[in-house]
Amino acid sequence: MNIHEYQAKKLLAQYGVPVPRGGVAHSATGAIYQANELGGDKWIVKAQVHSGARGKAGGVKLCKSPKEISQFCDKFLGNNLVTNQTGPEGKMVSSIYVEEASDILKELYFSIVLDRASQKVTLVVSTEGGMDIEQVAEEMPEKINKIRIDPSVGMQPFQARQLVFTLGLPNEAIGSASRAVMKCYRAFRDTDANLLEINPLVLTSGNKVLALDAKMSFDSNALYRRPEIFEFHDKTQQDIREINAAEHDLNYIGLEGNIGCLINGAGLAMATMDMIQHAGGEPANFLDIGGGASAQRVATSIELVLSDDNVEAILVNIFAGINRCDWVAQGIVDLLNSRDVDVPLVVRLSGTNVEKGRKILKDSGKKVITAETLSDAAHTVVAEWKKSTGK
Amino acid sequence: MSIFINEKTPVLIQGLTGRMGSFHAQEMIDYGTNVVAGVTPGKGGTTHLGRPVFNTVKEAVASTGAEASIIFVPPAYAADGIMEAAEGGIKYCVSITDGIPTHDMIRVKRYLFARAKPENRMILTGPNCAGTISPGKAMLGIMPGHIYKQGNVGLIGRSGTLGYEAASQMKELGIGISTGVGIGGDPINGSSFVEILKHFEQDDETEAVLIIGEIGGPQEAEAAEYFQKHMTKPMSAYIAGLTAPPGRLMGHAGAIVSTSGESAAEKVEILQDAGILVSPTPSDMGATMAKLLKV
Repeated sequence: MNIHEYQAKKLLAQYGVPVPRGGVAHSATGAIYQANELGGDKWIVKAQVHSGARGKAGGVKLCKSPKEISQFCDKFLGNNLVTNQTGPEGKMVSSIYVEEASDILKELYFSIVLDRASQKVTLVVSTEGGMDIEQVAEEMPEKINKIRIDPSVGMQPFQARQLVFTLGLPNEAIGSASRAVMKCYRAFRDTDANLLEINPLVLTSGNKVLALDAKMSFDSNALYRRPEIFEFHDKTQQDIREINAAEHDLNYIGLEGNIGCLINGAGLAMATMDMIQHAGGEPANFLDIGGGASAQRVATSIELVLSDDNVEAILVNIFAGINRCDWVAQGIVDLLNSRDVDVPLVVRLSGTNVEKGRKILKDSGKKVITAETLSDAAHTVVAEWKKSTGK
Repeated sequence: MSIFINEKTPVLIQGLTGRMGSFHAQEMIDYGTNVVAGVTPGKGGTTHLGRPVFNTVKEAVASTGAEASIIFVPPAYAADGIMEAAEGGIKYCVSITDGIPTHDMIRVKRYLFARAKPENRMILTGPNCAGTISPGKAMLGIMPGHIYKQGNVGLIGRSGTLGYEAASQMKELGIGISTGVGIGGDPINGSSFVEILKHFEQDDETEAVLIIGEIGGPQEAEAAEYFQKHMTKPMSAYIAGLTAPPGRLMGHAGAIVSTSGESAAEKVEILQDAGILVSPTPSDMGATMAKLLKV
């Protein structure tokens, strides 16, 4: 689960990490009020969306008057901000963060990640702050330094110092920077985070470090024990189809194609999408119905796929282990009894109770096109889609 | 020989008396698995499905000689169950549970690593997997056993249902499996592809290996390197997720492209460069193995 920059800064500040003073607003009036509270004559005003690269998209601005703040808010609040990470539709801006401007001597990079190769929490720093870290890794890998944390004892202050010494900071700044690194680690450890990125971490003229930006993301599987983090959840940052799916505890990801998919298992779902593309179509979504799906759950899933106006054909691909083909078939029939479906519906059933499932589909007299294998299923749904749409 | 489990392996079920545990225990018993006991804290001394139930893994191992265990406990308690299995003397453990927090798994891995030398260390596969099956011998998982034919191909997969798809395609072509191992879809696995490949390389009954990977993580690239340096047996592979958009989590907690080298296209290239025969589509996994075996 991702959170906004202002939320991440609030959380980090609770752990004692130095962040610029700032306030969040949901209107131009609110933003001007926050600027007045902060004082001074220039402010950094930032559109809050769950995405990086906001600056390049115009979503971060140095404002020197209330009028400029107001113009910025009018432009972004209530509209979608498109960055190179949000996809073409962008993400809704419903809050603006106003911060005091900082004087910057040096920009650095700092992050904490779960490194899958070493299977340890890993801290990453670089002197090349403000740049995309992937680009630094490619062009000047020698400028990246890492430290891995032993999970049984956690991070030690000497490790924080070791890391900070690689940044070429003046001696006066070492203490402040090392403490900030330790505090970031504690925030990461105590909240089941899986990413904390501060880019840039800056050195100010007083030889202090300051987190100028902050991006945090958390392990969804651990939210049950982190209610304070779950409070940060912002539904406006998600695709509406995905929110509906989440309400039914379904795993759904909206894509750009026309062929709706309903599959059990994440791996088989990805493979089926690949197979549809191989057959000449484009998947409209990823949808994993999970294990032990009831007829009701299957019917709800098809409704969800159909709620996407781009869907012009549907493929149901089930390889039942803990699922049961008869329940899946019943769900399909129940749905077809309750409403008209005017797009081709191709169903491939395999595994547990497959004969019962096929019989239910056949006996229903409903217009369901069946397929035997994964390859058949993908080619059939693409052919039916082409036939019915003339594409 | 198969790897990890055979018809003689005494099996313990952690969470035997729960709804999931009961259902799948019966399926495993029906398949011929030598299920000897269950563990449910607070129900020690009772009997369930004709098997004795113990309060702790340690007691169960002492009384029944159980060597392998399978864990059906909810995500919040599964890490604890895995560590108890290791402490209790279990040699091979399968964790089915989906949704264990990643920070918990990091601690589990450290615990397993620190408490025993490699030769005595408990082998863990999963979590978030369908389990392990040595067809015709024993099943330690939730898969439909009948779609697996006994034979000589080692199967390793991050996805359960895609493993079923591969097993049934191979059966259709008359190709059987020595052992099928689900390593699970989480970012931190008990065992990676490489760790399982080491066992298949040593196994007399295994002639070739099929690995089923997906987007995210370094495991497939590590497998390619291991294959090139250490394996004498031929290998084929399939990677799911060519159409998956970058930066999105595709169902499995570990299926996300977060850095270079983690997309399906890049993994396919790495595997091919190592000399592994890659199946172009998921419906060619069986045919690709047939080509590799020249059957």
